[in-house]
Amino acid sequence: MEKPLVVIEDLHVSFRTQTRVVDAVRGVSLVMGKEKIGIVGESGSGKSVTGRALLGLTPPNGRVEAKRLEFDGQDLRGLDAEGWRHLRGRRMAMVMQDPKFSLNPVMTVGRQIAEAYGTHFKAGRAEARDKALAALEAVQIRDPSRVFDLYPHEVSGGMGQRAMIAMMLVAEPDLLIADEPTSALDVTVQMQVLAILDDLVARRGMGLIFVSHDLDLVAAFCDRVLVMYGGRVVETLKASELSAARHPYTRGLLDCVPRLERAQAKLNVLERDPSWLEGA
Amino acid sequence: MILSAKNLTVAFGEMRAVDEAAFTVERGESFGLVGESGSGKSTVLRVLAGLIEDWSGSIAFDGKALGRTRDRAFYSRVQMVFQDPYGSLHPRQTIDSALAEPLAIHKMDRHEQRIEKALEEVGLGSGFRFRYPHQLSGGQRQRVAIARALIVEPEMLLLDEPTSALDVSIQAEVLNLLDALRKAHNLTFVMVSHNLAVVAHMCRRLAVMNRGRIVEEMDRDALRRGEAKDPYTRRLMAASRGYDRKLAESFKTLD
Amino acid sequence: MNASWSQWLLDEAPASRAQARAGAFYRSWLAFRRNPLAMVGLAIVVSLVLVAIFAPLIAPFGPTVQDLDFRLQPPSHRHWFGSDELGRDIFSRVVFGSRITLMIVLLVIVTVAPIGLAVGTLAGYFGGWVDAILMRVTDVFLAFPRLILALAFVAALKPGIENAVLAIALTTWPPYARLARAETLVVRKADYIAAVQAQGASGMRIVLRHIVPMCISSTIVRMTLDMAGIILTAAGLGFLGLGAQPPSPEWGAMISSGRRFVLDQWWVAAMPGIAIFVVSLGFNLLGDGLRDVLDPKRE
Repeated sequence: MEKPLVVIEDLHVSFRTQTRVVDAVRGVSLVMGKEKIGIVGESGSGKSVTGRALLGLTPPNGRVEAKRLEFDGQDLRGLDAEGWRHLRGRRMAMVMQDPKFSLNPVMTVGRQIAEAYGTHFKAGRAEARDKALAALEAVQIRDPSRVFDLYPHEVSGGMGQRAMIAMMLVAEPDLLIADEPTSALDVTVQMQVLAILDDLVARRGMGLIFVSHDLDLVAAFCDRVLVMYGGRVVETLKASELSAARHPYTRGLLDCVPRLERAQAKLNVLERDPSWLEGA
Repeated sequence: MILSAKNLTVAFGEMRAVDEAAFTVERGESFGLVGESGSGKSTVLRVLAGLIEDWSGSIAFDGKALGRTRDRAFYSRVQMVFQDPYGSLHPRQTIDSALAEPLAIHKMDRHEQRIEKALEEVGLGSGFRFRYPHQLSGGQRQRVAIARALIVEPEMLLLDEPTSALDVSIQAEVLNLLDALRKAHNLTFVMVSHNLAVVAHMCRRLAVMNRGRIVEEMDRDALRRGEAKDPYTRRLMAASRGYDRKLAESFKTLD
Repeated sequence: MNASWSQWLLDEAPASRAQARAGAFYRSWLAFRRNPLAMVGLAIVVSLVLVAIFAPLIAPFGPTVQDLDFRLQPPSHRHWFGSDELGRDIFSRVVFGSRITLMIVLLVIVTVAPIGLAVGTLAGYFGGWVDAILMRVTDVFLAFPRLILALAFVAALKPGIENAVLAIALTTWPPYARLARAETLVVRKADYIAAVQAQGASGMRIVLRHIVPMCISSTIVRMTLDMAGIILTAAGLGFLGLGAQPPSPEWGAMISSGRRFVLDQWWVAAMPGIAIFVVSLGFNLLGDGLRDVLDPKRE
């Protein structure tokens, strides 16, 4: 087997608030290569916190502890700001939920992408511009030179998210963490954005961690799925074997979604078992 | 027939957000409006609720034509539930004051009992009564919003994506609650959603909107049997089945 | 504090309206308490209030009692802050002067806050011609330099503390109206305002019960931060002889009369000056702390 891209062993993340300490992630482990991993869970399950811990983006009141936390053989624990700067953006990148909040509103889309390229590679203006145009083209924006000069508020949600992906991919990272990248988009647009992401990951041989609340979507899109509940991974599945999920939480989640092809008088509800919070 | 709209048009400048929409809603039924963002579905609901005053066409509620603004009597019969449970409750007011407000507006009696009963009906105990919204989860807040709408004993509820901000397990609970309340109080629902499956579950009849127009109206059994004729409806149906690489290919880009 | 009290206040499921309100207040207090500078500010402002209330008990002499044998005495055991040109005890005068300062502060608050809030929220919520008229009136008042307008106003009426306060209030409210309007424009678009509209509430009800509470905290913060300026303006008017009239122990007027001896008998002007400085600083620190706690975006 090839050298793993990411090794996480027994990751714990806790947050100190005014009155108490909240354990957001409690012992998550993951070994992944250049594959598509889905992390699924409901709000508060710790799925986003896990993704952010890997990028060193835990807020100051959070505490990250792990037996191992490695990216491409490099230990990420206790990495200093300088070290993170070399990794973040260049070798691992993140796409967030809402492009409106991740793009700088007073800079054109194209300049932001060009600048992202310029910070990671020594490049002249012309070269950075060419790279940015190529990146926009790669995310299937039909008229890259027009979109290059648009400001974020002038593009639609789907286009903004694709521009965001272009910006992340221009540095050719080895790992992309996508945190609900399509939740703010319409279903048809969502589909196209996912297809683009899918192709890019396959073509460039990147690892992808796809954080989402949508079990069906993640299963259709990823190779493996981690199901998180209460800060723990309750089940790890091959995406193709989702229907064979054994954990009652996973089954409950699949079961409570209304489906077009299934008429029900009443939707099934998820009965939460306190024992899920403890070890399996 | 409790509600009918004809030639309903809303223009924001050049753009026609709603373009000659027409539909009717029977008393006691639940009617769905489905579409993606920018389809005009929420605009229709806001016109019905009197939150947008600049529209043309005609709307009749219970046989009477509605004007630009709505009087208090209208709001005692029609109430609305908003999409975002984090934004629709006043951050400085306890649940108690949120529920007391409509009672005061409509000059209703027995506040104590009504508030207690409303909370109980939506599955929140009286322990929630004096909390602030930020102490509640999204699902609990949406239950409060539903209680607030029901406390004036309306005949019709306008539901604007009531579960799209919630986790799926909470969505199931809230949808079941809405369904049960509709039956218990013989309510009429007009529900807006981007999710075909949710609308098909909740509504007997639905209209699909695209770019301000109602492109197709059908009942849910026909939808389930795959009898949708309009290409846009078919595309929505295909997309709602989940990610499919080949399917994505077939969608034209929307830039 | 007693543990059960704190438990009652921090209860996640309060059993009554009063407990909920007290709990919210207590949480803000806990946050406020963590800011030491703000606590210093609070201590100064509380001291000002206490000194004003108990002035007759604290001051060893009356504020206007003259003793010509003890003119212009330096600070000593008998006169802690020294004495002035008429042999009046400066410490006693500063203590009694706190009453005047506090009165100015209170009068300005009760006039400026309601006017500013009302004008701003109404203009912001109703928009259109209501907005145009109210904001143009505001602009007219904003166009005058504050001290000049106050001077003209006091000169036209007659010098005195009440007219000084009125003049200050008249020139202070416009920024509050602007602030409230700006906040209202944001709040007006919120879903919770649409929600009360869809419950059938009238415009006035929405403004009073739903919008004003959202604007109050920023008004309070701005008020405390402005207080230093207001006290200084009042002192400035006093200094120019247009505010409080002698022999009243207003701090600004005291500095004015001590000006003549400032080189040889520095304490006559310096003591009331220090009082003005400390109280202004106190309000500023308090305002900074309140801003952190009351900011609606905090939640």
